[in-house]
Amino acid sequence: MTAYIIRRLLYAIPILIGVNLITFVLFFVVNSPDDMARMHLGEKRVTEEAIQTWKEEQGYARPLLYNPDASGLRRLTETIFFDKSVRLFVFDFGSSDNGRDIGYDISQRMWPSLAIAVPVLMVGLAFNISYALFIIFFRATYLDLGSVVLLVAMMSISGLFYIIGGQFILSKLFHLVPISGYDTGVEAWKFLILPVIVGVIGGIGSGTRWYRTLFLEEISKDYVRTARAKGLSERRVLFRHVLQNALIPILTGVVVVLPLLFMGSLITESFFGIPGLGSYTIDAINGQDFAIVRSMVFLGAVLYIVGLILTDISYTLVDPRVRLQ
Amino acid sequence: MRSIQLSQAWRFPALALLAFLLAGCGEVPWNNPYRGADETSTTLYSSFADRPKHLDPARSYSADEYAFLAQIYEPPLQYHFLLRPYRLVPLTAREVPEPRYFDADGQALPADAPAESIHRSDYLIRILPGIRYQPHPAFAKGDDGSYRYHDLTPRDLGDVNRLADFAQTGTREMCAEDYVHQIKRLAAPWSHSPIAGVMQKHIVGFRELADRLEAAPEADPLRRVERLRKATIEGVEALDRYSYRISVKGKYPQFAYWLAMPFFAPMPWEADVFYAQPGLRERNIMLDWYPVGTGPFMLGENNPNLRMVLERNPNFRAEPYPSEGMPGDASSGILADAGRAMPFIDRAVYGLEKENIPRWNKFLQGYYDSSGISSDAFDQAVQIDSEGNPILTDSMRDRGISLLTSIEPSVFYMGFNMLDPVVGGNSERARLLRRAISIAVDFEEFISIFTNGRGLVAQGPIPPGIFGHREGEAGINPFVFEWVDGRAVRRGLDEARVLMEQAGYPGGRDQTTGRALSINYEAVATGPDDRARLSWIRKQFAKLGIELVIRSTDYNRFQEKVRNGTGQVFMWGWNADYPDPENFLFLLYGPNGKVEHQGENAANYSNPEFDRLFNEMRFMDDGPERQAAIDRMVEIARIDAPWIWGFNPKAFSLHHQWMYNANPNQMANNTLKYRRIDPDLRRQLRHDWNQPVLWPLWVLAGLLLLLVLPALWLARRRERSTAL
Repeated sequence: MTAYIIRRLLYAIPILIGVNLITFVLFFVVNSPDDMARMHLGEKRVTEEAIQTWKEEQGYARPLLYNPDASGLRRLTETIFFDKSVRLFVFDFGSSDNGRDIGYDISQRMWPSLAIAVPVLMVGLAFNISYALFIIFFRATYLDLGSVVLLVAMMSISGLFYIIGGQFILSKLFHLVPISGYDTGVEAWKFLILPVIVGVIGGIGSGTRWYRTLFLEEISKDYVRTARAKGLSERRVLFRHVLQNALIPILTGVVVVLPLLFMGSLITESFFGIPGLGSYTIDAINGQDFAIVRSMVFLGAVLYIVGLILTDISYTLVDPRVRLQ
Repeated sequence: MRSIQLSQAWRFPALALLAFLLAGCGEVPWNNPYRGADETSTTLYSSFADRPKHLDPARSYSADEYAFLAQIYEPPLQYHFLLRPYRLVPLTAREVPEPRYFDADGQALPADAPAESIHRSDYLIRILPGIRYQPHPAFAKGDDGSYRYHDLTPRDLGDVNRLADFAQTGTREMCAEDYVHQIKRLAAPWSHSPIAGVMQKHIVGFRELADRLEAAPEADPLRRVERLRKATIEGVEALDRYSYRISVKGKYPQFAYWLAMPFFAPMPWEADVFYAQPGLRERNIMLDWYPVGTGPFMLGENNPNLRMVLERNPNFRAEPYPSEGMPGDASSGILADAGRAMPFIDRAVYGLEKENIPRWNKFLQGYYDSSGISSDAFDQAVQIDSEGNPILTDSMRDRGISLLTSIEPSVFYMGFNMLDPVVGGNSERARLLRRAISIAVDFEEFISIFTNGRGLVAQGPIPPGIFGHREGEAGINPFVFEWVDGRAVRRGLDEARVLMEQAGYPGGRDQTTGRALSINYEAVATGPDDRARLSWIRKQFAKLGIELVIRSTDYNRFQEKVRNGTGQVFMWGWNADYPDPENFLFLLYGPNGKVEHQGENAANYSNPEFDRLFNEMRFMDDGPERQAAIDRMVEIARIDAPWIWGFNPKAFSLHHQWMYNANPNQMANNTLKYRRIDPDLRRQLRHDWNQPVLWPLWVLAGLLLLLVLPALWLARRRERSTAL
């Protein structure tokens, strides 16, 4: 397995270079270093001289990808792309174009994101699996049909509706929880209730339907019939056999998103005033802060690769037949 | 055993639920987003939507940043809180400096000397003694008198992540040299000050200092500060501990306004040295993040991703609340605190609120003391009375909320690129075309549809409240409006069509080619609201048969087109730096053209007579002569019509009844010190408005039981049933 993991990690290097290159090209197609300078210096009364000074100080005065004035390998290394990308591979994110340490900001902002994302994932997982098993228990009845209709309806509603509706009902109408905000330490709990409830409810439609499909596929297999033939109760069949065997696709879905929980959710964090990572990238794109954009895209790609590797590893844990070679 | 394990498993959630329910019996409403201890404190609560990018007074140049910065830093002058028109008064200065004029030989000239004879203007600024900086580690000294934190080693910084991690702080008296140091910082290329270009034109020796510093670049921040301290600037000099002189090239009466902006606030050299030390920047401890000022407040918490907290500066002197106001101010109660020492609040907490809905609801719940009004909430808050005036709705009045409105010193205009061969130029044809379009584009409708009526149609480049603006019939643009029954009425489309015909575009067709006139409109469009706006603009041009081609792009490309002069028509705005007509009329001054001179004249308008009058008017004192010059300039601009004058936005703000001294002042940014709140009334009303409603919880629990119990019963029955 070690060799497999090392191989996968080595595969990740060209992928990350590619991601970095694409990010770089896309960013600079839309924003030139001059635009970035204007954004950072302000719109009023900015002189060309000030723009040049800013670019030189921030390292944006060099050519983007190829330096024809240099010789040899320096044609590639004395460029903005090389200068800004190499350090990422040792996870040195450097400073944002505003001078803030990006690594520190990420380390501060990922915890509020996790404080929302982890409970939403755990509670949602527990609820959706339980509800899906409940539906499966009553499959082909009106309860099943009614639930599917309800789930499809819930899936069809925009996530924004749940957020605004939740804020309106629980905070504005009933005054039960703060409508938005965040605090540090134990004071944070009252700000987490509403986003977690909204996150869980918003995910019920798609989550439960997905698990219902998995369980339905599993329940028609021979081993289930055998279990029933042995006289096991339906409850034991569902919880001991069907659930265990359906774990592989469940794990695929869950483990792959685990690392991405750090990245937060833009809309949820924006509406609930959660100081997480969700809006970090968007704010950076709006503020034309390339240093943050490239760091967050790089981090997202790394986390996604890690998630996929973890998924592969988790296969071997839940299914002894799977071996990584 | 099993039951014991179960009860343990349920213990935590049960306790949590109990604590949650018991919390309702306490004093603090459940939906209170603040800590309970804050309830009775004199803390002002507000919000911000965009995180400030810079808090260094040499760099900051935006209203979002000034909301914080202006409470911390103190330039020598400020705007009077109550008097209108806006008036400069001393802040840290003893008096508003009167310039002394000198000719090329250095001989003093009288105050009324002609501008062309004035070679240099000297501003002598005398500051008040005894003003002290906020507590800051940069000033902390050890027992031997040396600075405690000016020689930091990596070991010293081991546990330091925030400024508050430095155990000791100190202070010192502000002196004139600090103002000089800050002006030198404006000139330093590494400060990236946005006004460096402007000041190079005005302050004697400013450019020379910038050139000297740039000629020998220095990468080490500490050495940079050292160089800056040693450097001299010819036109800026500390005369003694409490006075300094700034020499300005020629005559520049508007310079005094700059002295009311944070750019000219004092900067202690100790702070510069402190922040320049290695290791601090890597920990995000920098001047751009942790300001050092003498103002009534200091930045207690800087977490722009969550909240910004201003705390009372314990070293702040007792600045008295103004005792002079406008007629009616005494009866309105805004002078009730006259002469009392400011500030009246201990803290101001600004929470990050990116979305309008939670911000608005928190205001209604009493968790923000003041609020603006978003378009979504406008109808809920404001209605228009029979006379067309905005008044509060009943629900707002029932809560004791008050509405304040004021015209912003800003203008939003639709500009014609005067370099364009079709819509631009000085020909009669183009002039008539622009005037026809000016009539057709109905900005009254625009204000009504897109700003909820929050604006006044502009009749010229100068907004109300700024010297030179004329009200009533004398102030209307006669080419677009006529005065009927005591009000300005837009001229009819028939007149516009006649102008089109005279311009050679009868029915919107070019009479020489027979083709429909097609004009490009440069737009920044990002959302659905923009589509509605663009569709409206297209319809305005279609009234004259003009085909408007919308060229939507991002803001970068839009700016590029304006910079290069490749657009035809565009919409832009300007927010005043200072309340002087020069700050608006310079937007039409030829040598300020965007394409040729990279100035702020985005329309690239140039008229020799206008430019000549501008050069005279800018040096005049307010009075009949200046008014006459402005009248003529405005008339010229109206004839040439390089802009459709657009509108002046009107600011609406709402304030709870426990908030006092909320007087709209569009020029002053340092208004937090005037605010006073009644925390007891606020606490009482918050409690009354936010009583938790518990019955839905019981209904929900009952519903769950109603659903779960039958389901369990069904499941049990199904399991026990026999197979068929």
